[in-house]
Amino acid sequence: MSDLENFRIEVRAWLQENCPEEMRDGDITAENQCWGGRQWEFQSEAQKIWFERALAKGYTVPTWPKEYGGAGLSADQAKILDEERQAINARKPLSNFGISMLGPALLAFGTHEQKAQHLTAIARGEIRWCQGYSEPGAGSDLASLKTKCEDKGDHWLINGQKVWTSNADISDWIFCLVRTDFDAPKHKGITFILIDMASEGISVKPIVLISGHSPFCETFFDNVKVPKSYGENNASVVGEVNRGWDVAKNLLVHERGMLGTMSPLRGTSGPESLGKHAAEKIGLDATGRLDDPALRQSIAQAELDDWAYNLTVERLTDEANAGSGLGAKSSMLKYAASELTKRGTELLMEIEGTTGATIGEDGIEYGSLANNWLYHRAYSILGGTTEVQFNIISKRVLGLPSE
Amino acid sequence: MPLILNEEQEMLQDAANGFLAEKAPVAAFRKVRDNKPADGFCRELWSEMAEMGWAGIIVGEEHGGSGFGYVGAGVLAEQMGRNLTASPFFSTSVLGATAIQQYGTEKQKAENLAAISSGETLYALAVDEGPRHNPGRIAFSAIPSGNGFTLSGTKTFVADGHVADKLIIAARTSGEQDDPHGITLFLVDADAPEITREHTPMVDSRNAANLSVDGLEVTGDDILGELDGGFGALEGILSAGRAVLSAEMSGSAQQVFDVTTDYLKEREQFGQKIGSFQGLQHRAAQLATEIEMMKSAVLKSLKDLDQDFANAGMTCSLAKAKTGQVAQLATKEAIQMHGGIGVTDEYDVGLYFKRVHVAQQMFGDAGFHSDRWAKKSGY
Ligand SMILES: Cc1cc2nc3c(=O)[nH]c(=O)nc-3n(C[C@H](O)[C@H](O)[C@H](O)COP(=O)(O)OP(=O)(O)OC[C@H]3O[C@@H](n4cnc5c(N)ncnc54)[C@H](O)[C@@H]3O)c2cc1C
Ligand SMILES: Cc1cc2nc3c(=O)[nH]c(=O)nc-3n(C[C@H](O)[C@H](O)[C@H](O)COP(=O)(O)OP(=O)(O)OC[C@H]3O[C@@H](n4cnc5c(N)ncnc54)[C@H](O)[C@@H]3O)c2cc1C
Repeated sequence: MSDLENFRIEVRAWLQENCPEEMRDGDITAENQCWGGRQWEFQSEAQKIWFERALAKGYTVPTWPKEYGGAGLSADQAKILDEERQAINARKPLSNFGISMLGPALLAFGTHEQKAQHLTAIARGEIRWCQGYSEPGAGSDLASLKTKCEDKGDHWLINGQKVWTSNADISDWIFCLVRTDFDAPKHKGITFILIDMASEGISVKPIVLISGHSPFCETFFDNVKVPKSYGENNASVVGEVNRGWDVAKNLLVHERGMLGTMSPLRGTSGPESLGKHAAEKIGLDATGRLDDPALRQSIAQAELDDWAYNLTVERLTDEANAGSGLGAKSSMLKYAASELTKRGTELLMEIEGTTGATIGEDGIEYGSLANNWLYHRAYSILGGTTEVQFNIISKRVLGLPSE
Repeated sequence: MPLILNEEQEMLQDAANGFLAEKAPVAAFRKVRDNKPADGFCRELWSEMAEMGWAGIIVGEEHGGSGFGYVGAGVLAEQMGRNLTASPFFSTSVLGATAIQQYGTEKQKAENLAAISSGETLYALAVDEGPRHNPGRIAFSAIPSGNGFTLSGTKTFVADGHVADKLIIAARTSGEQDDPHGITLFLVDADAPEITREHTPMVDSRNAANLSVDGLEVTGDDILGELDGGFGALEGILSAGRAVLSAEMSGSAQQVFDVTTDYLKEREQFGQKIGSFQGLQHRAAQLATEIEMMKSAVLKSLKDLDQDFANAGMTCSLAKAKTGQVAQLATKEAIQMHGGIGVTDEYDVGLYFKRVHVAQQMFGDAGFHSDRWAKKSGY
């Protein structure tokens, strides 16, 4: 038996033994996932047990090196772990921006000391991170960002504003892009810096979304002093000063990779099969077809697209593991996944009919279908809009000249 | 008949535009949404609309109406769609007025049309019994008793159901659940003790209610139209409703498109206006073309209702199918082309997205109407 086959048997047994029954309820949603952080309170005993057992095994961040709290799994092993986890419908024990975005960037650009501090805290669920990239004038054109960062000898002084900072109000630290050189070409004066949200001068203001809730904020920096370093070889800046764009781009590829691998048609907390769900709600006609021909056609098309999408994720991941990485093709996955996710919630609204459009007396209920449907409009905007992904595909994958 | 507005109708449009911009802009709708008054709309505003002749827009002058017909109603609805104006206009002045003017007896007309025109009495049409529009499927029962009927059953998502003074209820007097024959319309007082009304808040912040009726005694005088032959009347009322709803959605789509093209000319990224990116230009151009198609379908359906009411069903389906698609596309594109700001509650485009979603489902979405079209065309 090959090592990988042995590994699969081992993992299967470990999951069976350690994953509590209550945690085998399918994919995580924003409401039920384990985020971690200073303010974190477990939602159930089972969630806590699952987290602790996974942590002890290094499975909160399976591919990270053991010295930083991971299990040091290879890409092939990690894929097996994921497959086996999904086979029993188990939730991820911990998921947040630290794991999916900052971690991979630190692994690529951080010093040992930076990794030891930050990766370990992420793996243990101690620190929750938010992403300070976008600004009012710098969205798709991220590199035009203006938040000012001045060198004051032993510290940096930061002034400016970020916007659309997801979960800034409940996060502990922020990874931020700031401008350290206003004279250099726009990509050459950006620095990637790690800041404690408890620092004096940082304030946040939640922004309400069309879904009636407020998962994102405006974040203001008013004379915020950030130490040059958090210890020996442990600078607050990741990578080199003025070279933050390299770090930022690396992180965006991971962000897109993450956004591009969530089972899209089901969105979050959707039914197993839209078609079967529709059949239960609407019924079949005398020939055994869904009693709404137009809707039947749309659902079938979406399910086929979803299937092809999932196969593409599998194929591209296998290709990437075998060779040179996903690269700009992550933009294809991000685009396809966000459009499919939106379609999934739209179809659910159509299946539910008027019931789907009802809300509570006090507004749109968190976690309701209408809430999900409205929230997911943002999927083709956040993490780089669909148009920006198209531009990247045209330029980087197809090699087309610019406009 | 040219497919354009005449001078009078254009004047009505200008007047509506001016009045709503001043008295009932989107900000007024936000206030209603956030303060949640029990009525779900502003009574003073409705009185002013009635004074201007809007409540009786399709009602003939002999009954105190302003006799503008369906094109007039559509002109108003379009402006209301632009401003997201919430009022009993649709339920009372379109559905209620159509039901009585087209199918009522002289006595019923005399008793109801003036009250509609003055804005005093509010109406609602109770058809659907589930979450999907299906006017042929009526189980709500009207059982003969004495020299009248006893009504029992439930109705769902009745627009303005909780504020209406009078209800028009589609009930089954004979036949099976899916039988078009055997449906009868009844006009009843909404505050009868046998009627329970439960307000159902909707994502577009408009009014709807679920009704449950338990043994309401009515007489033959309360029948609107023919006994057992109510399906034809129902189709007529629904056609009028579909056309005017389409006009409303058309207004919403145009408004949200205008806001979006303004934004494309204003927002800069990469050192240039985002409207200079061809990826957005082409979609805007395509949408502008679709909007023209939608406007033609809407105007045609309204004109057909005015000229040959009984045969307007097909163009009303065309209008509803086309606007359902185009208005959804327009609101989705509006959000997408605005980027992050488009998904914030503070910005208006999301309100249009929500209203259009509910309106396109009401009385049949694009799928329903393309299917209806195909069936009526014999395939
Ligand atoms: C729910 C949500 C959560 C978010 N979370 C975070 C977060 O945690 N941290 C963070 O930093 N940011 C976050 N964002 C911000 C997100 O990354 C930006 O909204 C996004 O990059 C778009 O920027 P913008 O909103 O300024 O839109 P703009 O860049 O102003 O875009 C407006 C429109 O123009 C189009 N456009 C722009 N340039 C081009 C071009 N060259 N060619 C064609 N079309 C173009 C866009 O695609 C869009 O349709 C979040 C956004 C949302 C909606
Ligand atoms: C059936 C037929 C009949 C015709 N009849 C006549 C005639 O009677 N008289 C006459 O003078 N010509 C005629 N033409 C020629 C026609 O006008 C050209 O084919 C047309 O203008 C496109 O030019 P092109 O073939 O050089 O393609 P190109 O201009 O090279 O276009 C190639 C592709 O690039 C796209 N493209 C080009 N510019 C842009 C841009 N700025 N933005 C986005 N996309 C762009 C095009 O849409 C196309 O997909 C005819 C062509 C056809 C096919």
